[in-house]
Amino acid sequence: MSNETPQEVNLEASLSAAPSEVAEFAEQDGGVIRKFQHILHQNPALVPLIVLIFSISLFGALLGSKFFSPFALTLILQQVQIVAILGAAQSLVILTAGIDLSVGAIMVLSSVVMGQFTFRYGIPVELAIVSGLICGTGCGFVNGWLVAVMRLPPFIVTLGMWQIILATTFIYSANESIRAQDIEEQAVLLHFFGTKLPLGGVNFTFGALFAVLLAFGLAYALRTTAWGRHVFAVGDDPEAAELSGVNVKKTLISVYMLAGLICAFAGWAVIGRIGAVSPNVGQLGNIESITAVVIGGISLFGGRGSIAGMLFGALIVGVFSLGLRLLGADAQWTYLLIGLLIIFAVAVDQWIRKVSV
Amino acid sequence: MEPILQARNLIKHFGRVTALDGADFDLLPGEILAVIGDNGAGKSVMIKTLTGAVQLESGEIKMNGKPIAFNSPIDSRSEGIETVYQTLALSPALSIADNMFMGRELRYPGIRGRIFRQLDKPTMEKFAREKLSELGLLTIQNIRQAVETLSGGQRQGIAVARAAAFGSKVIILDEPTAALGVKEGRRVLDLLQDVKARGISIVLISHNMPHVFEISDRIHIHRLGKRLTVINPKDYTMSDAVAFMTGAALPPELESNHPP
Repeated sequence: MSNETPQEVNLEASLSAAPSEVAEFAEQDGGVIRKFQHILHQNPALVPLIVLIFSISLFGALLGSKFFSPFALTLILQQVQIVAILGAAQSLVILTAGIDLSVGAIMVLSSVVMGQFTFRYGIPVELAIVSGLICGTGCGFVNGWLVAVMRLPPFIVTLGMWQIILATTFIYSANESIRAQDIEEQAVLLHFFGTKLPLGGVNFTFGALFAVLLAFGLAYALRTTAWGRHVFAVGDDPEAAELSGVNVKKTLISVYMLAGLICAFAGWAVIGRIGAVSPNVGQLGNIESITAVVIGGISLFGGRGSIAGMLFGALIVGVFSLGLRLLGADAQWTYLLIGLLIIFAVAVDQWIRKVSV
Repeated sequence: MEPILQARNLIKHFGRVTALDGADFDLLPGEILAVIGDNGAGKSVMIKTLTGAVQLESGEIKMNGKPIAFNSPIDSRSEGIETVYQTLALSPALSIADNMFMGRELRYPGIRGRIFRQLDKPTMEKFAREKLSELGLLTIQNIRQAVETLSGGQRQGIAVARAAAFGSKVIILDEPTAALGVKEGRRVLDLLQDVKARGISIVLISHNMPHVFEISDRIHIHRLGKRLTVINPKDYTMSDAVAFMTGAALPPELESNHPP
């Protein structure tokens, strides 16, 4: 050992002769299944899209024109819009490897704030709506601050906030609803998202339109802005994101605040959907939105998935529940099938992840 | 010559484990400083305190003679210090270009960038491809592929390319060639020489003694949470250095104080 010198570079002298262009390989044929796995890895929204098309054709074949009637499509869109808006908020949080159990509660509190501010305090309806939106964003900020700064697990934080916000809603509203007629007469702007847009017999509402536009906007932000890349990076590996220069706390808080704001919009939309302001709606909002997200192929481990997938997931649930109802099946069959779909979706997610191994 | 980066009496514990026990550190402008030491000597922790990834209990860090306190790696990056961490700090599901520009993304000029915040992906991808080619990472075919589909060596290459491309004052590399092949390892050394020629100081943590002795101007030997000594690679052999870092022998300037 003692005679060795640093000059051992001759070993590597032949390196200069090594080729210097980017390697190219003949496309290896790993079989149809492997190729499919790769395609799914790059486009996680494909699985729910295939399931959606399959279920539409299945119910279409079974029910024929009854299923493709304007009435049925209107019903699906109306039912899906709220879940889709909440699902958009839920998607953002789940992409950061979190979960938000308080989405439904934030929605209801925001709608109650919008209603009560208008009717109890006589505040102009525009201001009341803005107050509701601020309220939702504020709830999101509390969630985000507890998760990012206090480093509490998102499940626990939002489980607690769900109860707190729900109780606040009932205490504040004294469990009283605001009647649809009163809203129609005095504050019609609260019904904005319920405004109908008849299109070839199908009644689109602004709420359904908003859900789709929101999904497009978020998909754009996630794919093509630095903020979107940071959301994925934080969900993927927060430590790596921090070391490579992402402000993890700021990103997390922004995600929860945006989710809160979106939930508040859902609160506005739910007034348009049911007509009245009631503290008793949306109790299952969190479960329904998580279902849409999971069936939509967004990974609960964070960092993988797309908003489009969530939209397909919400539509799948809508198609199944309406299709089975039109077939005259017991409503429990819907839940049973949704349960199977959830497990199927997570199994597919695990299988897709193996692509790189 | 005034050190560009200087640290005195760094102390850090993790629970009952002493990671840094009064460590000192000096990096001179334009030099390549190798840091060697046994496993668990505290090399990586010392580096992390210098970049703000780990917060010190006590001790002082100066950059160009001015005391600094980095609260996060973002702070040290904005001062021109780039680091290749041992864990590489890459986001597996994102593309190579996304990873290279993480936290300093390029946006399109004009309305597309300012209002729609749209990322200039073509420019970022072209830049990433150039930097990988400089490193000889030619087996990467698709610059848009997710980092998780790459081999360990390719991932390490991306982390090194990222640091070399963006470091403006100091580049710190924690075991940058451990997972690389012979050819890529050689390219990293060549790249470090290029970077040094640009006047940038380099800290290289490595267990690869031939590499360390070939490239470094000085060697900082770390032992039991502190700096044991700094040697000139021309005055000592590799086996001397190994003896110092494992405690089998003491460097001459310490020998008089501690007779064997």
